[in-house]
Amino acid sequence: MLGFLLRRLAASLLLLLLVLTFTFFFLRLLPGGPIQFFEGQKVLTPDQQRNLERIYGLDRPLPEQYLRWIESVARWDWGTSLSQQRPVSTVLREALPATAALALAALAVEYGVGLLLGIASALRRGSAFDHAIRVVTLLLYSQPAFWLGLMAILLFSYVWPVLPAGHMRSVDADLMSPAGRLLDLARHLLLPALVTGLSTAGGSTRFLRASLIEVMSQDYIRTARAKGLSERRVVWVHGLRNAVAPVIQVFAISLPLLLSGVLIVEVVFSWPGLGRLTFLAISTRDYPLILGSTALSATLVILGNLLADMLHALVDPRVRDA
Amino acid sequence: MPRSRLRPPVLLWGGGAIAALLLIALAAPLLAPYDPNEQLDPPAGSYRPPGTVLAAVHLTDGSWRLAEQARRTPSGIEISRRDAVETLPASRVLNLTPGGVADRRVYLLGSDRFGRDLLSRILYGARVSLAVGVTAVLLALTLGVAVGSAAALGGRLADAVLMRGVDALLAFPKLFLMIALAAFFRPGPVAVVVLLGGIAWMEITRLTRAELLSLKSRDFVVAARAMGQHPLATLWRHLLPNAFTPVLIQATLLIGNLILLESSLSFLGLGIQPPTPSWGNLIAEGQDVLVQAWWIATFPGAAIAVTVIAFNLLADGLRDLFDPRAQSAGGDAMLPAP
Repeated sequence: MLGFLLRRLAASLLLLLLVLTFTFFFLRLLPGGPIQFFEGQKVLTPDQQRNLERIYGLDRPLPEQYLRWIESVARWDWGTSLSQQRPVSTVLREALPATAALALAALAVEYGVGLLLGIASALRRGSAFDHAIRVVTLLLYSQPAFWLGLMAILLFSYVWPVLPAGHMRSVDADLMSPAGRLLDLARHLLLPALVTGLSTAGGSTRFLRASLIEVMSQDYIRTARAKGLSERRVVWVHGLRNAVAPVIQVFAISLPLLLSGVLIVEVVFSWPGLGRLTFLAISTRDYPLILGSTALSATLVILGNLLADMLHALVDPRVRDA
Repeated sequence: MPRSRLRPPVLLWGGGAIAALLLIALAAPLLAPYDPNEQLDPPAGSYRPPGTVLAAVHLTDGSWRLAEQARRTPSGIEISRRDAVETLPASRVLNLTPGGVADRRVYLLGSDRFGRDLLSRILYGARVSLAVGVTAVLLALTLGVAVGSAAALGGRLADAVLMRGVDALLAFPKLFLMIALAAFFRPGPVAVVVLLGGIAWMEITRLTRAELLSLKSRDFVVAARAMGQHPLATLWRHLLPNAFTPVLIQATLLIGNLILLESSLSFLGLGIQPPTPSWGNLIAEGQDVLVQAWWIATFPGAAIAVTVIAFNLLADGLRDLFDPRAQSAGGDAMLPAP
């Protein structure tokens, strides 16, 4: 198990380094270069420009700059946001919890719905219920998430006003009791989490259904039944455990999709997270912030992959011995 | 078996819907009731709900007046526009009839801020969305098959370098990468196609590589190579034709996904730019007036959903038809590409 973990960790670190390298050279391809962004409309003398280049280390050879950048990123120093005039790392740190909350809630919705519908339709394979689920999942993953969000706002904030239309907390949240604040957060979280989770739940439902059907036709399931185990035990203990392993892999694959969904849903619901931040950074051409948040989201994906690999190894011994 | 009876209809429904959509897009100028950019009397025509019928009064100076009601009077015509009553002399009106005026303006799906007809804009938007989606997939297909073939046949080093690069690119959430890239492009249809294609080829690469690797050691391929066939000829004659089906299915799924991505990008204001209508930027226009004019955001979104459903149905149907393994697993062993 330890050897497996170390191998996966090394591979993830390598991937992380590749991602950061891409980001760095992407930064170099920018028209203009960082100095021009700083001076804005003002005209700098060549002397001033050289000085600035020296201050920011831009006069050094490219390989050295690259190493310095990697080192500073490792210290969680992503440069300075041009639109906010604050360190990118501070801005990102403030946005991360909001995105984490939304992403976790969306994951809970996605896998809650996915497990429930996936198992139910696999056990009633070929029935009218199964076909209905097939149609529902098709509908779910064919919707633009931002449109689903707008329709949810229209329905639940205006036509039938039961939930807030956006933002993370009410204006008077600071005056509430801790429990009231939590409830307030939950009320704000509900619509965006449902929208993000449901728009990705279609895929996981289908995958779990296919996976469970495959497992339930295996010999060991027949053996389990022949031993006289109850159907409930056969499905839940022998079937599901083996069907869940590939689902964990899909969880890793669907992470980038989830983050993309979170990004646009954050914009629709004015949710103060990473996605909305990136969007605002684009509108203000805040290049360091754009690159910082893109690299950070890629890092999150890689960490998610690593986590999925570990979970997979946990439920399937064949993986860790391979 | 209910499943086998279900199968052909899935393919038929998907294929039929796409054929219909393509026809609609091609025939948009014939089908659209009005010019999608025509702004007829914006003060009276803006934000009209679906089903609104207005009398269109053509004036001698060439302009139009829209009115809820037009009543003939002995000297001319009396029109009411947004509760303001106005009397126009007969000499100023071109399309006068004994009962009122000869023309009307019908907003079947409502109108937008400038009094433009939403139905016409959605029909023209179909051209943009479909063209962008299909072109981008062709680009992704070309790139993906080329890189995938190079990785599968180019030796271990090429394989390792290319596939690690693909892994690194796949680690970026697509929308993040797209908007990061979009910041450096002048937005427009060409940029959108390049962006979408440039972001979607990695999955095609993975699939092509996997297919080619499993085909490479098959007898007919080994025989072709043993007979001295050039590797590229083997690729073209034997390997790619046999890998065609799964790649085609993946590409069909991809069209739907890329139409979704294009709409997201245009919704964020980084894709197709107004006044050119695309479904995504129509929804963006509707977002600001969601409550006052719900139809502007609602109908284009429904158009996207129908289109994407059609492409996904087609992919489902193709998979059921060509992939017996997926059938035994329930027909849905493959996920829509993330």
